[in-house]
Amino acid sequence: MTLTTSTDAARASGAPLPPPGRAAQPGSGARRQVRPGQPWWFLLPALAVLTTFFLVPTVYNLVYAFTDWSSFKTAINPVGFENFRSLLSSGVLLADLRTTVIYALLVALFQNVFGLLLALLLEADTKLNRFARVMFFIPVIMSALAVGYVFQALLKPTGVVNSILGAVAGHPVRYAWLADTRWTLLYVALIHAWKWMGLAMLIYLAGLKTIDQDALEAARIDGASTWQTFWQIRFPLLAPAMTFNVATAMLGWMNSFDIVQATTGGGPAQTTEILNIFIYRTFGQGLFAQATTMSLVLLLVIAVMAFPTIWLLRRRERVL
Amino acid sequence: MSSSSRTRRRFVHPVLVTVLLLFALGVPLWLVVVTSGKSRGDALSPSLSLPKHGWHFGANYSKAFTDGRVWSAFVGSVSIVVPSVVLLLLFGAMAAWVFARRRGFVVAMLYAIAISGIVLPPAVITLVLLLRQLGLAGTLTGMVLVYTGIYMSTAVFFITGFIRTIPPQLEEAARVDGAGPIRIFFTIVVPLLRPVLATATILICLYIWNDVFYAFFVIGGRKDTLPLNLFQVASAGLYLNNWHLIFAYVVLMSLPLLVAFAVAQRRIISGITGGAVK
Repeated sequence: MTLTTSTDAARASGAPLPPPGRAAQPGSGARRQVRPGQPWWFLLPALAVLTTFFLVPTVYNLVYAFTDWSSFKTAINPVGFENFRSLLSSGVLLADLRTTVIYALLVALFQNVFGLLLALLLEADTKLNRFARVMFFIPVIMSALAVGYVFQALLKPTGVVNSILGAVAGHPVRYAWLADTRWTLLYVALIHAWKWMGLAMLIYLAGLKTIDQDALEAARIDGASTWQTFWQIRFPLLAPAMTFNVATAMLGWMNSFDIVQATTGGGPAQTTEILNIFIYRTFGQGLFAQATTMSLVLLLVIAVMAFPTIWLLRRRERVL
Repeated sequence: MSSSSRTRRRFVHPVLVTVLLLFALGVPLWLVVVTSGKSRGDALSPSLSLPKHGWHFGANYSKAFTDGRVWSAFVGSVSIVVPSVVLLLLFGAMAAWVFARRRGFVVAMLYAIAISGIVLPPAVITLVLLLRQLGLAGTLTGMVLVYTGIYMSTAVFFITGFIRTIPPQLEEAARVDGAGPIRIFFTIVVPLLRPVLATATILICLYIWNDVFYAFFVIGGRKDTLPLNLFQVASAGLYLNNWHLIFAYVVLMSLPLLVAFAVAQRRIISGITGGAVK
């Protein structure tokens, strides 16, 4: 804040401001008064919306997680750590937390692996490849909720996937894909990655295009195998594409609701209940304080994981 | 070794791509389309086979259209997405210009706060409380402002990164010539931002157009949007095993974006990659 006021004061007194993007030059004594390049008030609309509709609710969250706010009572009283205690003792808190983190990691992994494999497969500019790229983008523009319902139908015990597997295996398969307490979370993460892999593919394709063909040719002449050129030359140069994919995958984390809701609704036995499903469920039951507490936990967990990530993203930005 | 492996690849590659297309995309998409044209009895257990009792596209789609209030949902979705995108691009670009060009501790701190929303999840329950206090709960205005708040960090982050790659000389020259900041911003900076604005528009449209989570909390039950109504249709439909209606609605709600994508496919693909990977 001190800098803001000092520049404002400088502007008010008509003192010249250093040009942006350069070190300040105190007492450089420029004759002509050059107006500041970028006025501070340009920040205002963005920061106002962000503060009101993002930061203020977050602060509220800190307060209401420690109350007994619900739709059953008119008064809201502070209850200390009671909500945390009850969520911890019922085991919901840790179970949902674990589910959320595993789901996020699985999605980020599959999305990047599928996207990269597709990009490598469809890299050459043939007619078929161009067609395939457009087709693989269709799931990206579909609603995630719709994707969830489609896979719910595909993965029914009597569904298409089992009949295809049955035809291959030679005997009927009746596996309940979405009712397996152990593996369903993995399948749902795969569906999530299926929906977004087209976007990751496009980004990786763009990254591959920026790689200098001469360097690849030189490596090939030197006798490097395809495998070696990929890991030694192309993969490191895909860093910006990967940064972008990580950033967008993180947006996917917090939006993780639709696909889980549409495929399993959090089941079987709450093994796919990510935090947003819990929030949705308890909000519907009128237990606002519990939902708020969970929301706060989600915030804390992501904040702890986010700081190193932001730092990494920004450092990478600087390298490029 | 190289020639034999190359011919093998020339032969294997198209087969691999075709098989992948058929299984990874053909199966799910065909399931949607064929089921949406079946009678209720044929669609009870969704399969890839052709209908036994004739096609019912007309009846299914008109029922889905009325049950899902598609027209009203489409109008709702458009009147949320368009203002949100406009506000995000305008406010985001203005802030990004300052963040990209100015230096110092305060700018760095404000920038860190401004992009915190990329990773931090919105506190959705207390957001609803705040909207009630502001009298915006259940309104389209409230929904637009919520989306603007949620995705502002994303917009600021991408646009700031892009502006940093543009040399500032042009702006400085205009400033020396006496142009004011507003004029410089709209006549010099904004036109240069087209690639990144295209990327941001497409991504933000995808997120907001298909969002059901925040919409459920903010306007659920009061306003129609395409995903909210799908949620309704499907919740009722799953209970009754009405897969034909669910998938008819899925096709109907996907059409606007599919048409937009088909028309501007090349520009959308180059738009996404243009601003994303510099």
